[in-house]
Amino acid sequence: MSKIILETRSVRRVLPGTVEVTLIDGIDASFAVGDFVAVTGPSGSGKSSYLYLLGLLDQPTEGEVLLAGRPTSGLSSSELASLRLASLGFVFQFHFLLPEFTVLENVMIPMRRREVLTEDALKARAAVLLGELGLSEASKKYPDQLSGGQRQRVAIARALANDPDVVLADEPTGNLDSKNAEVVFDIFTRLAREKGKTVIVVTHDPALAARTDRVLRIVDGRLTPLAARQC
Amino acid sequence: MIGRLSLVVDIATAHLMRRRRQTAVSILGVSLGVGFFIGMSALMQGFQTFFVAKIIDVAPHVTIKDEYRQARLQPGAVAYPTGAIQVNGVKPVDELRGIRGAKSMIAALNNLDGIEAAPTLRGQVILRYGTKDVSASAVGIEPMRERRVTNLEADLIAGKLDDLVSTANGVILGHGIAEKLGAKLGDGLIALSPAGTILRVKVVGIFRTGIVSLDNFECYLLLKRVQAMLGRPNVINQVRLRLDDATRAADVASTIESRYGYRSEGWEELNRNVLGVFIIQHGIMYATIGAILIVAAFGIFNVISTVIHEKTRDIAILRAIGFEEGDIRSVFLLEGGIVGLIGSVIGWGLGWAICRGLASVRFEVESFVRLQGFVLHETPWQYAVAGALALVAATFAAYLPARRAAALRPVDIVRGAA
Repeated sequence: MSKIILETRSVRRVLPGTVEVTLIDGIDASFAVGDFVAVTGPSGSGKSSYLYLLGLLDQPTEGEVLLAGRPTSGLSSSELASLRLASLGFVFQFHFLLPEFTVLENVMIPMRRREVLTEDALKARAAVLLGELGLSEASKKYPDQLSGGQRQRVAIARALANDPDVVLADEPTGNLDSKNAEVVFDIFTRLAREKGKTVIVVTHDPALAARTDRVLRIVDGRLTPLAARQC
Repeated sequence: MIGRLSLVVDIATAHLMRRRRQTAVSILGVSLGVGFFIGMSALMQGFQTFFVAKIIDVAPHVTIKDEYRQARLQPGAVAYPTGAIQVNGVKPVDELRGIRGAKSMIAALNNLDGIEAAPTLRGQVILRYGTKDVSASAVGIEPMRERRVTNLEADLIAGKLDDLVSTANGVILGHGIAEKLGAKLGDGLIALSPAGTILRVKVVGIFRTGIVSLDNFECYLLLKRVQAMLGRPNVINQVRLRLDDATRAADVASTIESRYGYRSEGWEELNRNVLGVFIIQHGIMYATIGAILIVAAFGIFNVISTVIHEKTRDIAILRAIGFEEGDIRSVFLLEGGIVGLIGSVIGWGLGWAICRGLASVRFEVESFVRLQGFVLHETPWQYAVAGALALVAATFAAYLPARRAAALRPVDIVRGAA
């Protein structure tokens, strides 16, 4: 039994308004170190919303999200930001690279913000990360000079910059062709197997989901029994 | 801290570089505000300093007059201070006006450190030369004392102050009067006084102070001569003082007034109407500059709002990565600050150029004083104030959009973009 890094305890997320919309309706789940998990479900089922709760980008209306065993409710927005900076890496469907900065600079941004490494050390680390993802030659280029697959790999390198415990990906292959989607999934697999990262991927592609260790299926904001059985 | 700061600087400059033209226009707006602020305030301060320096240089610093600021109380009012008193048929006493005990007053004042006092009698005369009549203020002076109190001697453009003593009935005319009469040095005029005396006088000097009210309306004669003409022998109705430190004029005047009771006016009070105009001028200037800076601030507000609108995705990812709200706010505040700073520096250059341009303009004008061009007075203070105002305006203009950017919720944007 490996250590639990991320956990949700009966989290609910309700959008307030004249008509309340329940996005997440009580999900209990835990993720161990080195877990490679797919979150699937029909569109609008709440799988992305669940990922944002896991990623501390959004706060649950009820319930608790625990990161490394510590509850996160009641933390200030800056405390949440520094947890995200140190422990979580994000990859979205859209690459979200800053267009004014080179690939290398984009990867350096989270490290520069964290201010742990020296300028030289973080530059070297960014270069290593890009090398591992086969992007050494692109490091001086700007995002708009890259292909979609390359951009997504840069986004992954950026997510890994501060060596997070957990990598959260929201439809990371949604904008990619099947070949590039394969590449991205291979990277995620390696991260979980070789680097011991917890990788949680939201995807609606069953073929890709099948390559993960386990699948959480969310329908109407709840885990479905089928998915629960697989746990 | 350094890493974070340099990162914020990098992102802010990247944003501004991306909107180069809009940024340049905003910077230009700030520069114009700063430049005109410097130019106009140098101009106004220059004129004001010039005028004040003239006044201090030319006119006495304090003038003691034979008047009271408040009429003396009627005996009835003194006797019944709480009662309501009406005195009917009050008539002014037909007394010989003048400062009583002027001689001892002047002697006492001259004994004080840093004060020179001179007696004068001032009255109205009409000067006649040929067919021309000009009314003037005749000032009776004692040349020996006068030269220690005013700069009359230095302002003479013709003749000598000593000739006033050596010539039997000498008169020193203001440049404007001489011009109106068409009189030159050595010409004989006729002076008529309200007392009915007629005196033949000879022009022994012409002065030009540059202060129009003096040059066009004053003439100087010996004190004894004016006393005789006005039929007021031994009377002095003004004591004029010069102080080593002109800034003390108001204090000295009020001390003297409380001691002797006579109305004493410092140069500030005497020229209050003109100095009042300066205050209005300043108000107009600051309003104008304020308007320019407000327009510049709108430009900055506009460019930063546009950047934020364009950059919502970048803001979202930065927040997701772990940037705090404060970091985002800093980025956009800094953008305003950069525009303000560059604008200020360019504005300083512009202000300097405006000052050089104005200084080279030549013209002649007579208003309160005679001028032959713009008088400019530049101080580092003006540059500092202009720069500081621009920075404050720029940062404030950036603050509102920056706050909005910091409040953006990354989830809303990520969801929308996906």
